[in-house]
Amino acid sequence: MRDARLLTRILADPSQASTVRDWTALLCVARAEAVAGTLAFRLDGVPVPANVGAMLADIRRDAAQARTQAVWEAEMARRALAATGVPIVLLKGTAYATADLTPAPGRSIGDLDILVPRAALADVEEALLAAGWEWVKENAYDDLYYRRWMHELPPLIHRERDRMIDVHHTILPLTARRTPDAQAMIDDSVALPNGLRVLAPEDMVLHAVAHLFADGDLAGGLRNLWDIDRLLRAFAVAPDWWCRLEARARRHDLLAPTRRALRLSARFYETPLDAGLAGRSATDRLYARRLLARDGWGRPRRRGTRFGFYVRSHWLRMPPMMLARHLLEKARR
Amino acid sequence: MRHRLALRIGPVAFRIGSAWAAPLAELARLYAPYPAADGAADFTVRLEPAAPWRRIIRPSVAIAGDYTLPDAAPLPLAQGLLAAEMGMNLQMALGQKRFLLLHAGVVERDGKALILTGPSGAGKSTLAALLGTRGWRFMGDEFGLLDPESGLLHPFPRAISLKNASLALFDDVDPERLGPVLRGTPKGTIRHLRPPADAIARMAHSARPALILFPRFGRDLPATQRPVGAAEVFVRLTQASTNYVSLGERGFGALTALVGGTPARAIDYSSTEEAIGLVEQTWAAQG
Repeated sequence: MRDARLLTRILADPSQASTVRDWTALLCVARAEAVAGTLAFRLDGVPVPANVGAMLADIRRDAAQARTQAVWEAEMARRALAATGVPIVLLKGTAYATADLTPAPGRSIGDLDILVPRAALADVEEALLAAGWEWVKENAYDDLYYRRWMHELPPLIHRERDRMIDVHHTILPLTARRTPDAQAMIDDSVALPNGLRVLAPEDMVLHAVAHLFADGDLAGGLRNLWDIDRLLRAFAVAPDWWCRLEARARRHDLLAPTRRALRLSARFYETPLDAGLAGRSATDRLYARRLLARDGWGRPRRRGTRFGFYVRSHWLRMPPMMLARHLLEKARR
Repeated sequence: MRHRLALRIGPVAFRIGSAWAAPLAELARLYAPYPAADGAADFTVRLEPAAPWRRIIRPSVAIAGDYTLPDAAPLPLAQGLLAAEMGMNLQMALGQKRFLLLHAGVVERDGKALILTGPSGAGKSTLAALLGTRGWRFMGDEFGLLDPESGLLHPFPRAISLKNASLALFDDVDPERLGPVLRGTPKGTIRHLRPPADAIARMAHSARPALILFPRFGRDLPATQRPVGAAEVFVRLTQASTNYVSLGERGFGALTALVGGTPARAIDYSSTEEAIGLVEQTWAAQG
């Protein structure tokens, strides 16, 4: 396997499993891209070689266990923060699992990500520390960097359960060029039966888009794009969906990344889309090249492309002088 | 990867890739009599240069694969075989979800399995290897694979890693079964020993757990054995398992059934001969 194209093809159309010759490579790439669980659920009921079937069953069972653990962790945070009265919005994997949304089956869930109003940050931090979470970053520069410029607190880890929590107070770093309105997203969020909240459908898509294209270096991009595909397929049945999505994307300063997400999602996962909104762009090829840069041994490929996107991610995050100082500090370690 | 090798050990298949030929040549020689591994591999292990130029200049082997530890230190190329073994262990410890893993030596007699577990240095590896030459079938010296559904232990007869003083105990084995002497490793001097032929021939045969032993080695310890309470056994085994927590309820069920149905004893010893004697005596007493 020269890149991850086979993986996206099988995810999009599991009936093509009969064409897979190297299952070891496919599973290896799926693990490296953190979509092994997703792949295993997609292939549930599809004929595959016997030992592959057994491995997929293990992966499914493991993913179900991980999901239980993630939902439990959200419940622990809910209890820890209940007395603060702060609205707690679950993000990403934990939100999908807790609200039982379409990307959930098999989705890997790392940390617990929550969004809270910026004004409530001190209360939230205090309550979490009191309930057994501790700082991970020991370095004073890192701590200050997070507090001053980032969209989240420095990560915390629970001392008994060994699970991380990322407390976001906005969508993108404070220094980022794009400025989604986090408070509006919190105001429009939807309550779950247990009192925790998830983003409204449009905002949920936009948040996934923001994290894929406006923030990081596209690491884990195939998984994030899969989330977007699943959410769009579920939400697009609502009347006026595309109009509302476009209006919200404009409002949150995320129209261009959203259009790119639609195109790439359709390119890899055959997502039905609104052609007018999606538009076209010659640079999609470069993004696709980066997203697929993984060989059959799970190794990152295309060093130059990756480095380019790494630099871009920092460029999007902060102004040039600040970036220079930040990279200098990192290089000195 | 430039070089590759497929290995099946018990119920687990590995695909191992390497930037250098030597580690895989040593691995292939050590595992020569093992049956061919066909079909998809459960885990991928990669032995790759710690930095691009470290493939040739002062070659340095970083252990990677499906699962990796971010702070694992690379090894010199001369210890490439150890890197491969550590890579396989790492995949098992972090990625194995079918079986409850017990950090233990396991041997079998009459279809019944004896589990030897305890902290590093307790002698479980050496004892399992020695018992494997004295009327027991060697099932593994690193991991016991407990199937939560059947309650059976599956063999995982990897090459035995002999450390430091225990190397001398196997001086008289067929040299064909021994790997190179690896000096100056993070665990001292290590030499790998291919398990006995019957361990390999019967590596598809599981066994029912019959006795759990907690050996303790000390030069001044009088040879003795005593019972261990079920709660104590349970806690010690949760600590001896790398995936007990991640298996959730299945792990709890598997361990509860094992502890409830299997007698356990602690044995203290100051020499391997004493230990073998204590094992035989304790085994016989269980009937």
